[in-house]
Amino acid sequence: MSEATATAQGQVQSKTRPEPDAQGTVGWERPSYWPFIAPALTVVLAVIIFPWAYTIWMSLHEWKVGSPPTFVGLANYIRLPSDARFVESIGHTLVYTALSVVLPLMFGTLAAVIFHNKFPMRGLLRGLFILPMMATPVAIALVWTMMFHPQLGILNYLLSLVGIPAQLWVFHPDTVIPSLVLVETWQWSPLVMLIVLGGLAAIPSEPYESAQIDGATRWQTFRYISLPLIMPFLFIAGMIRMIDAVKSFDIIFAITQGGPGSASETINLYLYSVAFVYYDVGYASAIVVVFFALIVALAGALLRLRQTTHWNDTGGST
Amino acid sequence: MSRFRELLGRAGLAFALLVIVSPAVLFFLWMISLSVKFEIDNASYPPVFIPEHFNWGNYAAVLSSNRFSTYFMNSLIVTGAATAFALVVGVPAGYGLARMRAHKAAIVILIARITPGLSYLIPLFLLFQWLGLLGTLWPQIIIHLVVTVPIVIWIMIGYFETTPMELEESALIDGANRWQIFRYVALPIARPGIAVAFILAVIFSWNNFVFGIVLAGRETRTLPVAVYNMISFDQLSWGPLAAAALIVTLPVLLLTVFAQRQIVAGLTAGAVKGG
Repeated sequence: MSEATATAQGQVQSKTRPEPDAQGTVGWERPSYWPFIAPALTVVLAVIIFPWAYTIWMSLHEWKVGSPPTFVGLANYIRLPSDARFVESIGHTLVYTALSVVLPLMFGTLAAVIFHNKFPMRGLLRGLFILPMMATPVAIALVWTMMFHPQLGILNYLLSLVGIPAQLWVFHPDTVIPSLVLVETWQWSPLVMLIVLGGLAAIPSEPYESAQIDGATRWQTFRYISLPLIMPFLFIAGMIRMIDAVKSFDIIFAITQGGPGSASETINLYLYSVAFVYYDVGYASAIVVVFFALIVALAGALLRLRQTTHWNDTGGST
Repeated sequence: MSRFRELLGRAGLAFALLVIVSPAVLFFLWMISLSVKFEIDNASYPPVFIPEHFNWGNYAAVLSSNRFSTYFMNSLIVTGAATAFALVVGVPAGYGLARMRAHKAAIVILIARITPGLSYLIPLFLLFQWLGLLGTLWPQIIIHLVVTVPIVIWIMIGYFETTPMELEESALIDGANRWQIFRYVALPIARPGIAVAFILAVIFSWNNFVFGIVLAGRETRTLPVAVYNMISFDQLSWGPLAAAALIVTLPVLLLTVFAQRQIVAGLTAGAVKGG
């Protein structure tokens, strides 16, 4: 709506209504911000909304890059359940995601409790601690690949120091997902730490003071005061972690490319192959739609879990 | 006795900090170590931590290769253009959305955050192919807006919501129009917020990998893609590879250490991440 029509509306209202000021201001104020938003709205429509809509349209077509699309209805979706590689990739994604939510939540919370103290050089140490999540993923994936090397890698050397036999890490189907989760945990515990640290900072000091008077131990204080109060923040951190882990790409692609075999091929990795190795964009679009539905379903499940356990309102007993 | 307990507590805290920070610090130290060693040291077992002879040639080899400057410029152009454009459209949008109290509009940004990066790539790849833009930097600049624009809008909404309205109202009474109020009242106050949005947009655009591997040709690779392509050729020469990896991520690491206050503020405000 343009400014001119908005002002005109305001004038009409001022004629019909005895109170021109209040009503007129509201009617004038709202539309006048549209010029600020319009450019961004255009960009969002072009690079975000258009791809969504086009993906749904593509998913209804048999379409390989280079040949014209033919409408096939829901055939691409019907094909999905019988695609063994796709079904397998769902399993990999769920295992990878579950581990990549739980472990960073644990280590991140532990780190937040430690950083929630006063000590010298706190800013610098916090800056160093968050380096893994800010560093270029491909660059760190490269170094992790070297560290995972079965003969020359530093990780097997470190294990040998404590008497644990050498592992094959990302080079064996059984250990590849835990190894990748190790990288993911190293990389993303800092984000959980920052969110939980924000939660700890928001807790007033009174409960702690009274707990100290009552002679509570450090663990009891954490378990019965801090933990219930930071639950909403843990929930947010868990949600963000889930969304990021489920669509994790850079680390897996750069370290294993979904291998060995297809042992670490998640949905996102398989999607990449279908779209940009086989150029089967119609089928890939159907995978995108199902993938997005899965993410929304997981987010919904987390929300339900939160409601049924009353995480955010009880005094610690779940 | 209580002094002793306090001292013990300080020592315990120091130890806990050491344990919690060392995985991050030791990793990057090891990365540096790998990048300054000759192959003979990198391939030795048990590993050499600090070599007798430093091999700065690893860095020289990367920096002097004729393609490196091309890839560096590509990264600079893509990240620079995508960030600049995102600020130009995103800062006013954040202002408008905050003043209109259009919280529902933020849902679009949240969904954009949930959507996997690959799902933008398929339709936009076809579009760029149809437009004949593949082989230029335009596809990457445009698709990086998927990363930068939501970050900027998200952070700016948060900032403009907390800036006081009184100044803007008095400017309105003085006869300033909406644009003048934005330009001369709201914008100067929001400068710290713009800095946060700028830093995070730059980092997440610079780090982006998935858009590049699909859209970049031989001449239009950004640095993360170029480094990834080095792996397949030099599987066993770790020194130059580690040096290249460090060069690519060094700008981001420095930015993180020196602007950690802004980064922490931005990440905890929106808890955003690109890609």
